[in-house]
Amino acid sequence: MHWLKLIRPGDWLVLLLGALAVGGSIPLFWQGGMAERAIIRQEGQVFAEVDLRSRKQFEVAGPLGTTLIAVEPGRARVVSDPGPRQYCVKQGWLMRPGEIAICAPNRVSVQIAGRTKVYDSISY
Amino acid sequence: MIPSVTEIAVTAEDRRVAWLATAAVGLSLVDAAIPSPLPGVKPGLANIVTLVVLARYGWGTAVWVSGLRVLAGSLLLGYFLAPGFFLSLTGTTLSLLSLGLARHLPRRWFGPVSLSILAAFAHIGGQLLLARVWLIPHDGVFLLTPVFAGAALVFGTINGLIAAKLLAEPAPSEVR
Repeated sequence: MHWLKLIRPGDWLVLLLGALAVGGSIPLFWQGGMAERAIIRQEGQVFAEVDLRSRKQFEVAGPLGTTLIAVEPGRARVVSDPGPRQYCVKQGWLMRPGEIAICAPNRVSVQIAGRTKVYDSISY
Repeated sequence: MIPSVTEIAVTAEDRRVAWLATAAVGLSLVDAAIPSPLPGVKPGLANIVTLVVLARYGWGTAVWVSGLRVLAGSLLLGYFLAPGFFLSLTGTTLSLLSLGLARHLPRRWFGPVSLSILAAFAHIGGQLLLARVWLIPHDGVFLLTPVFAGAALVFGTINGLIAAKLLAEPAPSEVR
């Protein structure tokens, strides 16, 4: 083809490397590459700090009962909570640094943290 | 009229830079008129001029043409000294630096397409870094990196092809 003649051999190499860089940037920036830990708090005190590479379940006791928290590679969520409105359960999986699910009635929260401390409108 | 004390001699080189910068500014305006799905994702058509100038007249002229384009383009579009101006300036500076390095690649193997892609990546990289450091000091800025990088690759390739096409034509005897 006419246009293909304008691409020199090295250009194909640069194109390929560029495509690899773009492809490589997707998991790096989109799959919680920066989320490293889940911090579980009970009554405002740190109950557990979990590496987000592990797969664990936590039962955190509060005034209303037990809040069940699941940690999986790259994400964490509140599985069940005795609170009346279930906001923290409905939030589903948290995977970006700074995301937080607060089960206020049972005084339990789970937050995702990265290398650097990030602020959101709730904690800042 | 009183003769001016300082006489600025306008050289042929000055005229050439002015004409080429005008072409680049024109393309910047076309660029701005193209609707974009996301701020920052733009074809960057003016870079075609930069690439052609780099190949025909060297890096120094390319720096002049690009610098004037950023300045005049921002004045015409009304974002001079606004954040967009500094983003534009940072991107242009970094892509010129990368072009300064990449033009030493063996020409037999690496053509305008390579230069264009490398410059496009440097351009968006610089803009993202400035945005992170200055405008939005939060790592969330980098969430859009794959989109920007993908756009840089696509538009870098297209612009490089257009520049290669223009360079394949015989050079104009002289720009008026």
